[in-house]
Amino acid sequence: MNLEIIGITVLGMFLFGYIIIASIDFGAGFFNAYSTVRGKQHILTKIIQRYLSPVWEVTNVFLVFFFVGMVGFFPKTAYYYGTVLLVPASIAIILLAIRGSYYAFTTYGGLKHKRYVVLYGLSGLLIPASLSIVLTISEGGFVTIEDSGPVLDYWVLFTSPLSWSIVVLSLTAVLYISAVFLTWYAHQAKDEAATNLMRKYALIWAAPAIIAAAGIIIELRIHNPEHYQRLIDLWWLFALSVAFFIGTVYFVWKRHSYWLAFWLLIGQFSLAFLAYGISHYPYLLYPYLSIYDSFTNETMAAALIIAFIAGLGLLLPSLYLLLKLFLFNKEYVQGKRNDHV
Amino acid sequence: MGNEEAVFFSRILTELTLSFHIIYATIGVGIPLMIMIAQWVGIKKQDEHYILLARRWTRGFVITVAVGVVTGTAIGLQLSLLWPNFMVLAGNVIALPLFMETFAFFFEAIFLGIYLYTWDRFENQRKHLLLLIPVAVGASFSAVFITIVNAFMNAPQGFDLAGGQLVNVSPIVAMFNPAMPTKVAHVLVTAYMTSAFVLAAVGAFRILKGSNHPYHKKALFLTMKIGLIFSITSAVIGDFSGKYLAKYQPEKLAAAEWHFETEEGAPLILYGVLENGEVKYALKIPFALSILAHSAPNAEVIGLDQFPEDEVPPLYIHYLFDVMVTIGMWMTLLSLVYLVGTWKKWRFTASRWFHWLIVLGGPLSVLAIEAGWWLDEVGRQPWILRGIMRTKEAATTSGQVDLMLLLFAGLYLILGIGSIVVLMRMFRKNTVEQELSDRAAERSGEVL
Repeated sequence: MNLEIIGITVLGMFLFGYIIIASIDFGAGFFNAYSTVRGKQHILTKIIQRYLSPVWEVTNVFLVFFFVGMVGFFPKTAYYYGTVLLVPASIAIILLAIRGSYYAFTTYGGLKHKRYVVLYGLSGLLIPASLSIVLTISEGGFVTIEDSGPVLDYWVLFTSPLSWSIVVLSLTAVLYISAVFLTWYAHQAKDEAATNLMRKYALIWAAPAIIAAAGIIIELRIHNPEHYQRLIDLWWLFALSVAFFIGTVYFVWKRHSYWLAFWLLIGQFSLAFLAYGISHYPYLLYPYLSIYDSFTNETMAAALIIAFIAGLGLLLPSLYLLLKLFLFNKEYVQGKRNDHV
Repeated sequence: MGNEEAVFFSRILTELTLSFHIIYATIGVGIPLMIMIAQWVGIKKQDEHYILLARRWTRGFVITVAVGVVTGTAIGLQLSLLWPNFMVLAGNVIALPLFMETFAFFFEAIFLGIYLYTWDRFENQRKHLLLLIPVAVGASFSAVFITIVNAFMNAPQGFDLAGGQLVNVSPIVAMFNPAMPTKVAHVLVTAYMTSAFVLAAVGAFRILKGSNHPYHKKALFLTMKIGLIFSITSAVIGDFSGKYLAKYQPEKLAAAEWHFETEEGAPLILYGVLENGEVKYALKIPFALSILAHSAPNAEVIGLDQFPEDEVPPLYIHYLFDVMVTIGMWMTLLSLVYLVGTWKKWRFTASRWFHWLIVLGGPLSVLAIEAGWWLDEVGRQPWILRGIMRTKEAATTSGQVDLMLLLFAGLYLILGIGSIVVLMRMFRKNTVEQELSDRAAERSGEVL
């Protein structure tokens, strides 16, 4: 295994972590807003607030980690992606900023207006949509290299079926992941009404999520045949992923072992993510940038990997403590403790 | 849009983001330490007032942290979006502290979440205080790592350029560059100082608004004491910063001091205006610049005559220097007089107008932070990486920077107003008196 692969693996882990944690967060915000509009907030709001409150800040850090690590391990991405992503990334930052700060404003500052709840929920759908553009661009065909530098062709991007399929996948995945997690969480909290509602949402969004994912593979056949071929070569990983998906749906359907349903979902997404990552190899931006020609120098790579390992040594116990105190603490989850400042 | 325009708007947008972010970042670095001190004093003295002080500061802190986090994310991404060429080079040489900063921030975020939701969860209050240590350490280390990156921009080292290629990269040498010790120390200490004076301003304001509660007096006395300690430390470190500049960035020192000719026994110029290249109405302190730069009254200080014209920073940074130093000295004096006056029971330090001066000290301290950062950033021009890469070579080629500038200006306006409104509502609705009696009632209920 060479340094380049280690580097991209580290980044892949952060990206995957962000996708899962942020999906739960975004989806929770949306379900909360939806139930508020439908006048059912009494069922969901408490559960969602209790989960989100201690972890909202942590979500953002995964994203920061990913892009700082990206520039660290693959500095040339700053030039290619930095130049072409100015507009989409700026919009995503602004949405994230409004979302993050209004979360704090409403939770701790008492700005509890229905309007904010709805805005908050909608921003959670717009952010994955705008961030997913990065994945679309990486497939190639949207960026050309001019004399002045790389240029993104917005017209091609917005008229491409591939980019819209990826947007649809990001939205359905967000809702599906979040619903499955919250079903488990609500069940742990012994909140039957919330469990039933979230279970319903999980079952509703399961099919669209898997169909959107399959749709992308078909889109790629036209858009980037090389990538498509590599995906097909990894068919067994996808088959396994689908098996996990069926497992999740089965357990949710049977109202049985929600924890297992959620971990099967993690398995499903990590296998699909892994297969996608392997088939994307070695390109970061097809066909201009690969992990080899954009890689940093060896000294820096070694330093970053050492820092990463040392950092994990510090973070994993802390994260464990956070989960133990809130996510897996029965008293807290069931709302018997508050202890807020 | 031509490249010149892209450079111009990129600079404005970066300046705007940094100027906005630095307010929340400075408070975010300093306040955890203040909370820690207050909670510690509270536990030590078994004084409910200090515990409540820590509690209320924490609540306000959460709001400023939220804005600090999102604007920090913005500046982190904007570095790549607006200065892609710089980030390619920086990624190769100085990515290590950037990477470590995210770890420090992660550490802080996790423990802040825990700290917030575990008030009253522990029998032993000391255990809860322990949870704050990672928050304070994480916050301060975030500042340390980011300031290291800024120090590198001022005094780049740890690599060689051979035919446009980077060779012999050493991330550790790059981190421990000559600008690093003074810059890191200065940023940390002034963050503590500013946070203390901002909190002092809040306390003084409550007293002016008619609250006679000892809670506010304790808060004011504590924060002014901390403020004095850190403002004296800042002055000492400021002196070291002068010596660093004289040795490694003489053009920055010379431009900030309007020191045009290289000479021995150079005077320090404070205030004044520049008219047609002539300094007027200035206060000249003989030999002071030589002492600041080299600790010797007759030492030679390099002037701007030693530099080509296109490598001289804008001369208006002198005004920024004046603002920063004047406020720093003023706050040192103000806090000293307040403490001596309170101790000696002088009348005027307990008067209304003196409290108004303390209230004014809050925004003034923040202004000093802004002036200091503008001095640092503008004083490095025309370089983004001193001596290696010019700012104009580093900027994006994208044509939409002006539009993004408008969007972000709108965002900062919303966040600024939002955070102020929320903070005011938070504390106005729930007064100290109210909360103290609530808590007393709660406790007696527990005993019964």
